[in-house]
Amino acid sequence: MKELLRDAVLGSAWTRASFVTLCAVVAFALLVPAASPWALDDVDWNAIDQAPTAAHWFGTDGAGRDLLTRTWSGGRVSLSIALLATAVSVLIGVPYGAVAGLLGGRVDQAMMRVVDALYALPFVLFVILLVVVFGRNPYLLFVALGAVSWLDLARIVRGQTLAVRQEAYIDAARALGAGRARIVLRHVLPNVSGPALVYATLTIPGVILAESFISFLGLGIQEPDASWGVLISDGARAMQTSWWQLVFPAGVLAVTLLSCNVLGDRLRDALDRRDTVVPRTTVAGDGAPSGS
Amino acid sequence: MTRYLAGRLLASLVTLWAVVTVVFFLLRVAPGGPFDGERRLTPEVEANLRAAYHLDEPLLDQYGRYLGMLLRGDLGPSFRSKDFTVGELIAGGLPVSLTIGGLALALAAGLGVAAGTGAALARDGPRDRWLTFAATAGLAFPPIVVAPLLVLIFAVVLGWLPAGGFTTPAHVVLPAVALALPYLAAFTRLARGSVVQTLALPHVRTAIAKGLPTRRVVVRHVLPTALIPVVSFLGPAAAALLAGSMVIEEVFSLPGLGRYFVQGALNRDYTLVMGTVVVYATAILAFNLAVDLLYTRLDPRIRLGRTRLGE
Repeated sequence: MKELLRDAVLGSAWTRASFVTLCAVVAFALLVPAASPWALDDVDWNAIDQAPTAAHWFGTDGAGRDLLTRTWSGGRVSLSIALLATAVSVLIGVPYGAVAGLLGGRVDQAMMRVVDALYALPFVLFVILLVVVFGRNPYLLFVALGAVSWLDLARIVRGQTLAVRQEAYIDAARALGAGRARIVLRHVLPNVSGPALVYATLTIPGVILAESFISFLGLGIQEPDASWGVLISDGARAMQTSWWQLVFPAGVLAVTLLSCNVLGDRLRDALDRRDTVVPRTTVAGDGAPSGS
Repeated sequence: MTRYLAGRLLASLVTLWAVVTVVFFLLRVAPGGPFDGERRLTPEVEANLRAAYHLDEPLLDQYGRYLGMLLRGDLGPSFRSKDFTVGELIAGGLPVSLTIGGLALALAAGLGVAAGTGAALARDGPRDRWLTFAATAGLAFPPIVVAPLLVLIFAVVLGWLPAGGFTTPAHVVLPAVALALPYLAAFTRLARGSVVQTLALPHVRTAIAKGLPTRRVVVRHVLPTALIPVVSFLGPAAAALLAGSMVIEEVFSLPGLGRYFVQGALNRDYTLVMGTVVVYATAILAFNLAVDLLYTRLDPRIRLGRTRLGE
């Protein structure tokens, strides 16, 4: 697994650049709001709606707030929601996939049919509904986003579990009298955790995107707090006169997504090359894993 | 195959019913009601309003009533837009959303397959690298980024196209392009990968070896096989496009379904939200059924009933 990660990060100039960029994004999100002389909602009355200057590197918004500070504290919000939502999706997807893969047969069929059906539904609708029903707060937002992002993970874990289940050491454990719970906890989960972890990181850009989308519509993070979606939404309203309000937050979001995607592609390729059992064939009998 | 399709149809109906049920009860347990306005209503007025909309009945009765109405094609009155039924609002919004969404999907899938095939045929050449990079970059530009930027460039700075509204064909161009872009990237990547795999298959190598012109090899031997994953992506793509269309309708001030959904959600207009969800879910499920039909045309294994649809 370690070699896999190293290869994915250092594999090419592109992935190296993406990795450095992502580290920089995280570092900026952590450091800039702390180091900036301006707070998130400080108003600079001498610089309302001002283009970038030495004092305000990203300019200011219509209320005179420093956009550099807002963009990076928005990054804090967007990134932490993405991480927490991904954690929630792991908590749902991994047990679901493991149970389906382990029980097999009809239960597995039924569970995977449910995943198939959910795949077809526009999930953002449900996130919006949940936000409407339970009020707009960031905690709910990440739980809701996590609750709709576990489908891929469940499929991957199921495929892995199906493969692991046939390994000799599982038979050996069973022969030695290990119970079902012990087999799952000690033998199956540790062996599916690597790919599961990798696929979990692959869901992060999707969640960043979904959060920014919901905040853009005014249903997510609320003023005076910022997330990338909030800032882009504000910027889009002001862009006719103040391009910087749109271009900086949108640019940061795009660069972050791009880096995530470049690394994600490489990671996925590396996993495939390792001939991991991933049920990615579109039409393959009963969807059982092929390969070793 | 008939059995397969009947099964799919049944599954779609069950899914639709599940969606309606979940959303119905979700909205009913929500704190706050549709009549919490800025102006407090007197208790009598509110009681009368609740009675008029049958909100005073037991929950299960309301649910039964709603299902009955749905079967008759009635989506009920809008709680907020008092002079309109939900059906009327949706009938106004649906054509707008379908036009933009359909165009965007056609654009994304059509151009994506062309670009992906082009890249795969020039594998590892400069054209392939360029297209692959463009596709990766394209995925990083979601509608919330692309739509305002396109308006900024083509409407504000250059003044070539209108920035919003829905009156002439020119009004459709920017929204459709903004909506299509990330999916164009996704289709390109998918098609490229699929064509690369198909090119290595024995029947394609035979076709090349016996000297068929490239064009014929691609059209007759590569694409029918390579398109299968592309077709299977149409369903999820349509569902995702739908979400994007909410942003697009917001940015371009289009009177589409997405705006009604977002506004209904913000105003707690239960019937409007329910109605849009029902229409969305029906449209997506119907589209997926159509995709399945297409699938059976493309994949003889399903047509001959030898296997079910896998993942």
